[in-house]
Amino acid sequence: MATGKSLSVRITHRLSNRFALDAAFEASAGFTMVLGPSGGGKTTLLNCIAGFARPDTGCIALGARVLFDSDGRIDMPVAERRLGYVFQNLALFPHLTVAQNVQYGIANLPANERRARMMTMIESFRIAHLLARKPGEISGGERQRVALARSLVMNPAALLLDEPLTALDNATKSKILDDLRAWNTAHEIPILYVTHSPEETFALGERVVVLEGGRILAQGMPQHVLTTPRHETIAQVVGFENVFDATVRSIAETQGTMLCHLDGSATQLEVPLGHAEPGARVRIAIRAGDIIIASDQPHNLSARNSFQGRVLSIRREGVRAVVMIQAGAEFEVHLTPAAIDALRLEAGKQIWLVIKTYSCNLVEPSSR
Amino acid sequence: MDWSAIFLTIRLALVVCAILLLVGTPIAWWLSFTRWRWKFFVESIVALPLVLPPTVLGFYVLVAMGSRSPLGRWYQSFTGHGLPFTFEGLAIASVIYSLPFAVQPMAAAFSQVDRNLINASSMLGASRIRTFVRVVLPLSIGGVVTGFVLSFAHTLGEFGVVLMVGGNIPGVTRTVSIAIYDQAQALDYAGANRMALLLMAFSFVTLSITYSLNRRVWAVWPMHR
Repeated sequence: MATGKSLSVRITHRLSNRFALDAAFEASAGFTMVLGPSGGGKTTLLNCIAGFARPDTGCIALGARVLFDSDGRIDMPVAERRLGYVFQNLALFPHLTVAQNVQYGIANLPANERRARMMTMIESFRIAHLLARKPGEISGGERQRVALARSLVMNPAALLLDEPLTALDNATKSKILDDLRAWNTAHEIPILYVTHSPEETFALGERVVVLEGGRILAQGMPQHVLTTPRHETIAQVVGFENVFDATVRSIAETQGTMLCHLDGSATQLEVPLGHAEPGARVRIAIRAGDIIIASDQPHNLSARNSFQGRVLSIRREGVRAVVMIQAGAEFEVHLTPAAIDALRLEAGKQIWLVIKTYSCNLVEPSSR
Repeated sequence: MDWSAIFLTIRLALVVCAILLLVGTPIAWWLSFTRWRWKFFVESIVALPLVLPPTVLGFYVLVAMGSRSPLGRWYQSFTGHGLPFTFEGLAIASVIYSLPFAVQPMAAAFSQVDRNLINASSMLGASRIRTFVRVVLPLSIGGVVTGFVLSFAHTLGEFGVVLMVGGNIPGVTRTVSIAIYDQAQALDYAGANRMALLLMAFSFVTLSITYSLNRRVWAVWPMHR
């Protein structure tokens, strides 16, 4: 499916005895999210594509243009690859003004064309009022916009973003992303967006590549890859705070469910049917926000799992409360502060946990 | 006042500094960015003049320039005269002698430039030279100025190397420091004092200006990373 504008990557790159990158994927026009824990190889992957690192074997191509090919002995210099790369620290030139930064990559153009290109770019990214200032004199969000404008003014064939918006608040972030999206509807280049945030992945990604330990664990549409994780690492990456080892007790094929016994406890959970026989070992992942707490034994619920537990601790994290509960295994539950007050939750209190069958996700154990 | 010695010394220092900027900058650049395992070897060679007695350095430079060495013969076949006891020979010896004073502040400044800025520049299509001129040099100008001024001041005051390589030919190789030595030997203490005071005042003023201009580049030696 290599279209004229898609980025195709198939490389191996050994960094040490313990870490090797081994990745193959295709990124067509639009956002492709590269999601994974830190140290998973995300930045190494971008550096290979940009040309700062030389893969051991494989091939990197942008449409028909081959950037790297170990067989054909092609290794195009960084300066000729015509890619945009926005670094995590942005790397704006501190001694140049915003205008000089934005025009840096198009210095070879005639002055009037350079000016015209810059004006289009600064309008798209709303930084016209900053032209005479230096990067040290503008806000974080503005610096972000300048960095994007500086990369995109060259009309790159693809854009690489290394966790560029980590330091920004959500409102600023989404405005910048709207502008980037708008720019890309006209230009349609592949954008590789490295992040460790599942929220960003859901919000932006048309596709996601999950990278851990240098390997691609899953790729596809975020809804498919992230909401029904088939792998423990993906589960942790996308925010399944509860991951339990369990043994399958019985299978109700007609119901589409099976009953599992959590290791080291008497607790049993009804979970969706998986490819497992009774006695098989499975791993179950549950989001902390998907668990309901009741102060008395609940009746007449559709949810199939309800069992007793004891509150261990309650911790406030901004506008949410993190409640740790001992119920055979230790569960992490996220509630609103109002819910804590309404239920009069406190450490030591006996409560009931309620978990829907479909909130329990079966995941494969991690490779390491 | 021996004005010919003063003008000769300033001319020598300017020539040496100009050559050091041309030769020292690439060496400093290379030292800041190479990952070559034998880099320490080059660093030691560059820093050698700091610890060697100037007479030792001067002696070997003299031998290397002499008519018995291939280098000396090659130069003689080109120009018709030998290098020892000429202004050119003195300049070459002074370049070697002052090399660490130019290279070390520059290398220290270059290596403090954020690598991401250099990477960003090449992502934006800039050649190495353009990256150096537009990004690295402006961000490490303090180190370059320091290197220039230090090697200028250092060349002004050199004695041992000049005596070994240049001798004491008025108007050709007789620098201020040699003139002071001569005057002191001739018991002309007043004359020696005038020249010495001038040299000291000049050195003090240049160093004060440099240090006040870039207050962050204090350490000259050892190189700080």
